[in-house]
Amino acid sequence: MSGSSLRTAAVPRVRVQDDPFDIAAEMECLRQASVLVGGIGSFIGVVRGGGGLVALSLEHYPGMCERILTDLATEATERFDLCGCTVIHRVGRLLVGEPIVLVLAAAAHRAAALDATRFLIDRLKTGAPFWKSEEFDDGRCHWVESRAVDEEAAAGW
Amino acid sequence: MSGTVTILYFAALRERVGRGREVVPFGDMPTVRALLEARRREDAGFNDAFSGPGQVRVAVNKVLADFSTPLHAGDEVAFFPPMTGG
Repeated sequence: MSGSSLRTAAVPRVRVQDDPFDIAAEMECLRQASVLVGGIGSFIGVVRGGGGLVALSLEHYPGMCERILTDLATEATERFDLCGCTVIHRVGRLLVGEPIVLVLAAAAHRAAALDATRFLIDRLKTGAPFWKSEEFDDGRCHWVESRAVDEEAAAGW
Repeated sequence: MSGTVTILYFAALRERVGRGREVVPFGDMPTVRALLEARRREDAGFNDAFSGPGQVRVAVNKVLADFSTPLHAGDEVAFFPPMTGG
């Protein structure tokens, strides 16, 4: 692993926002981050329906959330020798089918891009202070419980 | 000891406690655990809200902490359930 791409790595792009994100624009921004980009890994989390689910409401801890996401993105950049990465997480009320989270990781080669993408989403799910509440068509609302499988996925890195 | 500590509650814990934020005097509360014990003595509702201690996470000044983390006047202490982002 050469150090050259590290020195040219773009500052991670991290945002927490109510508004939708423009996947194509974000991808294009990252593609142009460096001439050393050989591939971009992507993950888009979407509100999954079924069982009468109507919407998710996402709450977060302002300030801590952005800091943890920035720390994770910086760790991913160093660990996987990324040319750049992007993490955008939405908060507020999101309907079934709406995108929740975007993770993009650009690297010289596919293995690093794909591994970094998975690292970021796995660690983000249980390590960044977001909480989901589910809203159903019969009026029920309840908080999503954390899942052991998610904790294990995060610990695996 | 003078000063105050700001306490934040998030998600299910905010609903169980019945508020999202409160500012309390920084008295004899050298750790997060001591702060929680003091709040419990003053407010019976806290025992129910924190009935699953393994399911309560804590941050001090926006950094993940634990119940033995020391506190100082002016600190911001946040209590919340396990995180469920992504």
